[in-house]
Amino acid sequence: MRVGELGLIVAFAALAAFSLLVTAKAWTPEYAFHAALFALGSVAAVIGIFKRYGARSAEWPAQEIDGKPNYNYGPIKFTSTIALFWGIAGFLVGLIAALQLAFPALNFDLPWISFGRLRPLHTSAVIFAFGGNVLLATSFYVMQRTSRARMAGDLAPWFVVLGYNFFILIAGTGYLLGITRGHEYAEPEWYAILWLVVVWVVYLLIYLFTLAKRTEPHIYVANWFYLAFIVTIAVLVLGNNTEIPVSIYSSKSVIVWSGVQDAMIQWWYGHNAVGFFLTAGFLGIMYYFVPKRAERPVYSYRLSIIHFWALIFLYIWAGPHHLHYTALPDWAQTLGMTFSIMLWMPSWGGMINGLMTLSGAWDKLRTDPVLRMMVVSVAFYGMSTFEGPLMSVKAVNGLSHYTDWTIGHVHSGALGWVGFVSFGAVYCLVPWVFNRKGLYSLKLVDWHFWLGTIGIVFYISSMWVAGIMQGLMWRAYTPQGFLEYSFVETVDAMHPMYVIRALGGGLFLVGALIMAFNIYKTIASPEASEVPSGRPELAPAE
Amino acid sequence: MATQSSSLWQKHAIFEKNSIILVIGIIVAIAWGGLVEIVPLFYLKSTIEKVDGVRPYSPLELAGYNIYVREGCYNCHSQMVRPLRDEVERYGHYSLAAESMYDHPFQWGSKRTGPDLARIGGKYSDDWHRDHLRNPRAVVPTSIMPSYPWLEKTPLDIKHLGDQMKTLSIVGVPYTKDMIDNAEKDAIAQGAADSKDVKGLQDRYKKIIVRDLGADKGKLTEMDAVIAYLQRMGTLVDFKLYDSKANIR
Repeated sequence: MRVGELGLIVAFAALAAFSLLVTAKAWTPEYAFHAALFALGSVAAVIGIFKRYGARSAEWPAQEIDGKPNYNYGPIKFTSTIALFWGIAGFLVGLIAALQLAFPALNFDLPWISFGRLRPLHTSAVIFAFGGNVLLATSFYVMQRTSRARMAGDLAPWFVVLGYNFFILIAGTGYLLGITRGHEYAEPEWYAILWLVVVWVVYLLIYLFTLAKRTEPHIYVANWFYLAFIVTIAVLVLGNNTEIPVSIYSSKSVIVWSGVQDAMIQWWYGHNAVGFFLTAGFLGIMYYFVPKRAERPVYSYRLSIIHFWALIFLYIWAGPHHLHYTALPDWAQTLGMTFSIMLWMPSWGGMINGLMTLSGAWDKLRTDPVLRMMVVSVAFYGMSTFEGPLMSVKAVNGLSHYTDWTIGHVHSGALGWVGFVSFGAVYCLVPWVFNRKGLYSLKLVDWHFWLGTIGIVFYISSMWVAGIMQGLMWRAYTPQGFLEYSFVETVDAMHPMYVIRALGGGLFLVGALIMAFNIYKTIASPEASEVPSGRPELAPAE
Repeated sequence: MATQSSSLWQKHAIFEKNSIILVIGIIVAIAWGGLVEIVPLFYLKSTIEKVDGVRPYSPLELAGYNIYVREGCYNCHSQMVRPLRDEVERYGHYSLAAESMYDHPFQWGSKRTGPDLARIGGKYSDDWHRDHLRNPRAVVPTSIMPSYPWLEKTPLDIKHLGDQMKTLSIVGVPYTKDMIDNAEKDAIAQGAADSKDVKGLQDRYKKIIVRDLGADKGKLTEMDAVIAYLQRMGTLVDFKLYDSKANIR
């Protein structure tokens, strides 16, 4: 048995024993449930390692086969398909939450599915479960291919992908059970975060060790973005999770920061979760998959250098625009606004570099719906990174903040940019890693594209109307100088917009279901080498 | 690359050929924003205004705050009145940083699907809140807020409030040993107006509202805690006495 296998078995056995102890002594049944999940997961890991040990050959997997790198695709197959599962779950929960806002009876008076618990489940499922798995899948693929080297680590890649999805399971079930830190997009409690930190460190190490094995002299630009994503998310999570557990037998922790400092650190984290998880990571996807699919080189190498460093340097300052006119000191608000406006430039640098890569290949948009999906995603990226700086201007923010305009803005980025570029990447990736000739049906991709696009348009336009209307109604005065509308009148006015939004989200979900079917059929089809070459087989003489 | 060897662009190769230098470069680039925007907030005295009246949560209020966080109320309600004319007229005096200085975590929120709650304390009666939380549409017919009927059916767990207060005291909330030791007793006293422990509670927590909820007979529910929390909200600073000129920043 290898050292790594033995070490992991010992570590997981210890974790199982410790988790059982915590299960027995936990202060609440919810926390006991989570501790039991940790125990079960650890036992499953031990069994899994033993089974793998029994099945594998004694030698290490070859680094090269016939002079070509022997790429490790197993963990990529897992993450690229489970990403779709989480995506559909996340879109569905989002749709339910949207319908709850239109029809509150859908909360069913049940604690587990009331809006306040479902909304974090939706955001975490789409960002961290769907987006996170897409990032794991694509980054593992891109780092191997652009390094021309097999991924470092034997059990480590499996530890990362399974461990990460276990984190998702703990986080998601926690929200439904009422376990939350009360920070948006950072709700998981201390023990889930401790686990995530271990997984994340291994992820970074795999990345760096694979780059160290590379046979290409240069580290390709997509990897810069993935590295910025991995490193910065680690810094942000550590900063925003500086907390002390009340007890190891309690799910509750107390964050060290409070009030105004906690608000600033939360939005330093929150905005850069957008900047580095949802932007830098997915720009890494763009820099590999768009040129690959268009069969054109990246438009400008120099632009990618400038916009990379400018983007990561400027993004980190933009957090305070979430706190305009609050009790955060003005100097910090002004800094946040200034850098948010400057951020427009590197954002569009990325958009231009992505779009112009299509130079000489624009005709492919007519014939290749996968490429079209990715190009439209870059266009949505450009649109939402223009809208963002606009909304960060204090005068605009005074109107837009606290309204559904913010929700619309987020979704033009989330559905249009992150969603579409992820779909495009998975459509490319699945035939590559499963060794299939191509997708089952490009026609279904076409349907997915149009349903998704129309869904996004419904979503964001209804939220623009809702947000601007509500912002104006809140500040409307009668000629006598009284506030014109009570709060609930502004809520009533939202109803038709909430219905249209749910319709848009529903269309987006249907598109994703079509994709899942298409991907399923693709994987179920025979391997590329088994496909008949087109030459008729000679019938033997009888 | 067809450029001259003197080109600055070629210097970038050091990042492209060495992953560790690239990672260091990334960390250096992302460090500035956070350092400049966050660190001074802990040192500049003007960050948190000097005001009278702000005190840590009583045990019962803390239990209510925990439930507020647990149910994700912050997803739809802000606790931050901005210094804009319509907001000040709709909700009350704009929020001060000092008013949330003991909130671990802060609950300023980012969305107003429902109204701001920073000044909700004392605006409605306890009974109104009870009816409203049980079924919001009983008092606001077109409300889209979920109902929270389980709050009044769930007995309040007060066993570990002292532990939480002890942890909070480590991170700077001025809970005294006296407060921590009496956490359970104080939680009950706040819901048992006739109890002999009320005097001690009132000594420990200024401006505290004590109710007759039969808490000493074991009747305290999660609903009671949430209402105690809501009714306290935004009431601690006396804005008739507050000198905003003293806190210009």
